[in-house]
Amino acid sequence: MGSFFTPLSWNDSGFILTGVMNTITISLVAIIAGTLLGLVVGFIRSEANKAANTALGAVLDILRSVPLIIQLILFTTYIGAMGHPLDPFVAGSIVLSLYTMAFMAEVFRGGFDSVHGSMITAARSLGMTYWQAVRYVQFPISLRAIFPSWLGVALSVIKDSALVSVIGYMELLRTSEQLISRTQQPLEILIGVGVFYFIISYPLSLYGKYVERKMAV
Amino acid sequence: MNYEFHWNTVFQHMPEMLMGAFVTLHVSVLSMLIGIVLAVLLAIVKMNNIKPFSYLATTWVEIARNTPALFQIYMAYFGLGALGIHLSPYIAVLSALVFVNTGYLVETFRGGFQSIPATQYHASKSLGMNSFQVYRYVILPQMFRRIYHPMTNQFVWSILMSSLGILVGMNELSGETQRLQSLSFRTLEYFIVAACLYYLITKLVLFSAGLASKKLFKGEI
Repeated sequence: MGSFFTPLSWNDSGFILTGVMNTITISLVAIIAGTLLGLVVGFIRSEANKAANTALGAVLDILRSVPLIIQLILFTTYIGAMGHPLDPFVAGSIVLSLYTMAFMAEVFRGGFDSVHGSMITAARSLGMTYWQAVRYVQFPISLRAIFPSWLGVALSVIKDSALVSVIGYMELLRTSEQLISRTQQPLEILIGVGVFYFIISYPLSLYGKYVERKMAV
Repeated sequence: MNYEFHWNTVFQHMPEMLMGAFVTLHVSVLSMLIGIVLAVLLAIVKMNNIKPFSYLATTWVEIARNTPALFQIYMAYFGLGALGIHLSPYIAVLSALVFVNTGYLVETFRGGFQSIPATQYHASKSLGMNSFQVYRYVILPQMFRRIYHPMTNQFVWSILMSSLGILVGMNELSGETQRLQSLSFRTLEYFIVAACLYYLITKLVLFSAGLASKKLFKGEI
């Protein structure tokens, strides 16, 4: 019976490392792309008129109200049915980035709105152009409100990146799943996976709390 | 675009999809209720620093907050299976959701308690209220008001995360969708309908929560 399965060995470390690297890669891609897109969308939302805001808000709302796993399956099925199948990494990055953008946009909008309108007026009255006021006054001040929430969203993206395994991307959880089906040692492998996520996530969340406390005053 | 949509099969199986949606709501509501009870206990233990249990509470909170929900579901389903504890998909997803909900709610409750200044407690005492009355009429109503929104968010989050049941073969909305689409291979149609149902469920929950908060708090929040 036991001969069917080969236990976990050091030879698997390369395989696990690939999974680790892939998890880190796709998380970084989604965080960077999601932040940039969210910055633009959040800025538009804080500046735009009501009609544009409602339309944009509805799209973001859909991205936030439909489970990520359904979005991933829908997107891959859709591009497959349309005859343009994409690599799991590309498809996963697109969906995860858009999902991240939906949350980041609200974070940035909240940050921009937290800057008092009178500050912008003051900056403009000192002869700054619109973009100078945004670049040198609104943006630096809003960072204080943005950073802790930004870190929170980034952390949840690292955790949500585990879901990309369902469309076939070999990130950490999927590599461990394959190792489990070979070795039949789910407990040891899963605990290892949990420890990995914890080691990445815990220090960052501690840092987030520290920054929040420091900036609160 | 050379894809032809066939919606018939989806409409035929609509009752089963709706049953799935019901199971989704069911498991999320249950996970919230159990989560709230456990979180209140852990928050009390943590705030009063009752020694061995407060370590448990801290460990629980940090693990729940810092690992993916998918990992927790795998742990409940495959990990415990290795220890000889075989949970049904429903129980596995429920326990994973309870675990995460508790982890997040402990911090919410703790924040809620700490946001009420101790002076209010002393003031109520000096007016002749006993401890129970202080909590019942002064502290808890204010606290509930402050944690209402975070709790609603947590509930919506549970609904969305219960969709991970698809991976352990649970019969909630996405698992049911997965099963039904495998009968006809109209994957796109089925998952579009599932996405719409999830959207409707979350909107419905948020809408009712908004109505309830108007009724409960009479506009002052």
